[in-house]
Amino acid sequence: MAGFDKRVSSYEEALAGLKDGMTVIAGGFGLCGIPENLIAEIKRKGTRDLTVVSNNCGVDGFGLGVLLSDRQISKVIASYVGENKLFEEQLLKGEIEVILTPQGTLAEKMRAGGAGIPAFFTATGVGTPVAEGKEVREFNGRKYLMEESITGDFAIVKGWKADHFGNVVYRHTAQNFNPLAATAGKITVVEVEEIVEPGELDPTQIHTPGIYVDRVICGTFEKRIEQRTIRK
Amino acid sequence: MALSREQMAQRVAREMQDGYYVNLGIGIPTLVANYIPEGMEVMLQSENGLLGMGPFPTEETIDADMINAGKQTVTARIGASIFNSAESFAMIRGGHVDLTVLGAFEVDVEGNIASWMIPGKLVKGMGGAMDLVAGADNIIVIMTHASKDGESKLLSKCSLPLTGAGCIKRVLTDLAYLEIENGAFVLKERAPGVSVEEIVAKTAGKLIVPDHVPEMQFAAE
Repeated sequence: MAGFDKRVSSYEEALAGLKDGMTVIAGGFGLCGIPENLIAEIKRKGTRDLTVVSNNCGVDGFGLGVLLSDRQISKVIASYVGENKLFEEQLLKGEIEVILTPQGTLAEKMRAGGAGIPAFFTATGVGTPVAEGKEVREFNGRKYLMEESITGDFAIVKGWKADHFGNVVYRHTAQNFNPLAATAGKITVVEVEEIVEPGELDPTQIHTPGIYVDRVICGTFEKRIEQRTIRK
Repeated sequence: MALSREQMAQRVAREMQDGYYVNLGIGIPTLVANYIPEGMEVMLQSENGLLGMGPFPTEETIDADMINAGKQTVTARIGASIFNSAESFAMIRGGHVDLTVLGAFEVDVEGNIASWMIPGKLVKGMGGAMDLVAGADNIIVIMTHASKDGESKLLSKCSLPLTGAGCIKRVLTDLAYLEIENGAFVLKERAPGVSVEEIVAKTAGKLIVPDHVPEMQFAAE
């Protein structure tokens, strides 16, 4: 790897340095736009005691759900954790800690974390259990909660196309949390469907500029559909 | 007779205006999209990052990368835009969405809403609901007036943990359309054939009943 060539050739290399007890921020919404091969590599590596920051926690046997069977995750920060029986079981037994976070607040926590903003104020959650223990301040007659931003030791991201500079574009709604996660990792790893030649991506259309990205790997994806709905 | 799910959706659709950006929650709110009045153009916002949601795809055009907030496969209409989750909630939190329609377990006379957590039962998460109720000015809650056991869901004080405080002004139930003003529900319309007495009996929170409460009208199907 030299200069701006961020390509790595194996998933082992892509997640080199990931250790027990680290915080991993993952892109994806439901099973859409999840870094499925990077998750599979974490399973293979057997890294444990992870804090995972992700909107959802996968389903039984797919996505982040695969990290539950060997109890690799000790804490989850997410907005919605349904659709996962093993997760429910571990939650009820107290084997896993979950911090439920409103979806927009979670997105902003990642964005702010990546942008060097330690905290922000939002009206979301005022007067609800989410507000417990948090500073409330009034601006223009309305109450707002102080929410702290999030950064991770690693960010794992699913893109559509990237070049070797680490510039990334996402496809359709598989974008979701991915560009935010990408900014918030000390080491950001992006897996994509295609690595294109330098110059092929239009600079005006880049979603994630390469400065945020440390490693790029090309993979193949199952792209499982959670709710298959068809027009009648 | 109590309104059907479809009639509830139909009634809420009458609150649409041409040029509105609208976020529809999961469940009955989703059905509202089927009753947008003809000749009216509305853009549906889906909080996973889509403004301008179109109908479900065909078998040929189904695409795993194209879903809505309910994780259903959808399409994008002409004029749509797709963006990241922070951008999506900037629209929501910044008050740019004209109308938000969502479900609830309970609503009270102070405009509080509880919709995400039943203590003692498994908590799955609030998703985007807290952001939606905090960010929108114009919110309509759709829910049944009472639980299956007959317990009122329109209360003087929500008993469940809140999704948002003091943010709800309008509620459509299967029995009535109500607005929340000065610490009370105001009965604005009733479902066809439903008596004021029944609504009074099933409303636990303070209810103001005007002299005349019109019946909702639905075209014969």
